[in-house]
Amino acid sequence: MPEGINVKPILGEPVLKAEDLTVRFKRRNTDVAAVNGVSFALRAGETMTILGESGSGKSVSLKALMGLLPPYAQIQGKVWLNGRDMLTMPKAELGKLRGGAISMIFQEPMAALDPVYTIGEQISETIVQHEGISYTDAMKRALGLLEQVKIPSAERRLKNFPHEMSGGMRQRAMIALALACSPSVLLADEPTTALDVTVQIQILLLLRQLQEELGMAIVFVTHDVGAAAEISDRIAVMYAGRFVESGTVREIMKSPKHPYTQGLLSSTVHGGLRGRVLETIPGSPPNLAELPPGCAFAPRCRHVTDGCRSGIIPVITSDSGAMVRCVRATETVTA
Amino acid sequence: MLVFAFRRLLQAIPILLGVTLVVFGLVHIVPGNPIDMLMPPEASPEIIAQMKAAFGFDKPLYVQYFLWLFRALQGDFGLSVFNATPVWGQLIAALGNTFILAILAAMVGFSLGIGFGMISALYHGRWPDKLFSALATTGVSLPHYWCAIVLVLAFAVMNDFLPAQGMGDDAEPLYNRLQYLVLPVVTLSLIPMGVIGRLVRATVLEILGQDFVGALSAKGLTRWPVIRHICKNAAPPVLALMGLQFGYLLGGSILVETVYNWPGSGNLLNLAIFRRDIPILQATILVLATFFVLLNLLVDIAQAAIDPRIRR
Ligand SMILES: Nc1ncnc2c1ncn2[C@@H]1O[C@H](COP(=O)(O)OP(=O)(O)OP(=O)(O)O)[C@@H](O)[C@H]1O
Ligand SMILES: [Mg+2]
Repeated sequence: MPEGINVKPILGEPVLKAEDLTVRFKRRNTDVAAVNGVSFALRAGETMTILGESGSGKSVSLKALMGLLPPYAQIQGKVWLNGRDMLTMPKAELGKLRGGAISMIFQEPMAALDPVYTIGEQISETIVQHEGISYTDAMKRALGLLEQVKIPSAERRLKNFPHEMSGGMRQRAMIALALACSPSVLLADEPTTALDVTVQIQILLLLRQLQEELGMAIVFVTHDVGAAAEISDRIAVMYAGRFVESGTVREIMKSPKHPYTQGLLSSTVHGGLRGRVLETIPGSPPNLAELPPGCAFAPRCRHVTDGCRSGIIPVITSDSGAMVRCVRATETVTA
Repeated sequence: MLVFAFRRLLQAIPILLGVTLVVFGLVHIVPGNPIDMLMPPEASPEIIAQMKAAFGFDKPLYVQYFLWLFRALQGDFGLSVFNATPVWGQLIAALGNTFILAILAAMVGFSLGIGFGMISALYHGRWPDKLFSALATTGVSLPHYWCAIVLVLAFAVMNDFLPAQGMGDDAEPLYNRLQYLVLPVVTLSLIPMGVIGRLVRATVLEILGQDFVGALSAKGLTRWPVIRHICKNAAPPVLALMGLQFGYLLGGSILVETVYNWPGSGNLLNLAIFRRDIPILQATILVLATFFVLLNLLVDIAQAAIDPRIRR
């Protein structure tokens, strides 16, 4: 296949596909298994949310997809972007894809923007790098992008430095930056976590609208169940570096199969729960440096059986594509 | 930005006035009146009083201060007590000689330091880092005068590659005169190289640990644009240190100028102290201090031009 950037994906073919993605941070005295076999396929225009607690490996997964992990990270598995294997391609090739066909919104816009360059400079240098157009033309494009993400008085904001903007405005600028070269895949790492609730909703709505306009595929990472329900087509629940359950928003929200998903949903405050006692998941997430064999959630699970603590946990996939990784799932599905 | 520069300039004025007070005060705290020291013991009290009046040492200190300040503002630093020649001429000559060394040593030291520091940080923990870190540490830990002596022994005494002393005279061809510069410049550039190298390394490492550098790669920027971002972020602290280092170099190293017999400001100061030549002392310290203040002013303005968060 020629240049991945120019190839419009055939509908139905996944634009981004990961197979058994594994990341280990192996250093002198630690061995952290941060991601332990993540697989998914994402089609154009689709939004998949990765939902999980802090430390479950969400950011590391995204960085692995982008090739942004430090050299000592051991990455295994396969990642295809528009049919091209991203993990084995030369660095120069990867550079052309990053910021072009695949781009990323970071958790903390303040930290992810260079403090000594203006927003306009940071957006236009990306465009210049990828498309080789003149700086002035790129600046004009940057202005259009700021308008597209609804930054008021965009002309003036173009000359602002990151510290001169509010948190919500910075996140919008970050989104404009990510959209600069019309990516076919957008990775959004908790783009709303650092913002207050009203701004969170605005940003979510903006992302959804932009996706409809541009037809991108989005991987949305969050630990906020409400945001996940709001924006996604599909949800994948991540625990200790694995997807323990995935399915459509309906499937996950209405009939969660995995005890962890059930716990996660019932520990979230929403209207439907009024009058019921809020449950929390007992215990804390496992240490990724010494993962137990079997199901990583077993120590915290109230349905735990002997089968959970040893051996291979079955992965059950339903006809609709929903997946759950649980010993009990066999019973519930077959029963 | 212009407003910032202008405000900074205004702020420099009281600082400079303070400097004149300190310079004047310090010099006059030193015991021993130069006239008493210079006059032969058998000189009559009348002649001593006459000499004191001629140089203005008979007036109350505050009058002396204002007179001196008033004249200094017009560029008149009076006569040397030792040889009664104008201070200004001696000062300009000495400063000029030191300036040549300082600017060359700064160029060599800063560029090597920045290069080494950058490479060390980019190859953190690997052999170039270890090599350059060792070099930088050596640069700052070797005593100046010791280096000077070793270099003279190695290149001028044991081998006859370079001249050992002085700065040649005007009659010699340029190439010969340049040779006189080599050893002192090398000696003087060691410390700037070391301190700048270490600061650049630490600053760049700190910047590399920040999220935005990863974000730059995520935008698809190639190596050189990323390095440009890193440099701009690292510039403010490095500029500040370069300003300081250049200030020190301008002051002239007494030890290095003595070893190489270089007629610079370090030498001039040294002589003036021994001769209690108060007009020369005051003028030299004042001019050097003024350079220092102006240099810091420039650094402040440059920093603010680079990093918008500094402007206020
Ligand atoms: N560079 C690294 N070296 C070693 N371990 C790392 C590194 N980066 C992340 N980890 C570890 O990998 C695990 C997963 O981290 P990750 O950042 O993916 O969590 P997360 O799900 O994004 O959490 P959060 O919601 O807090 O952002 C953590 O235990 C973390 O300590
Ligand atoms: Mg994260």
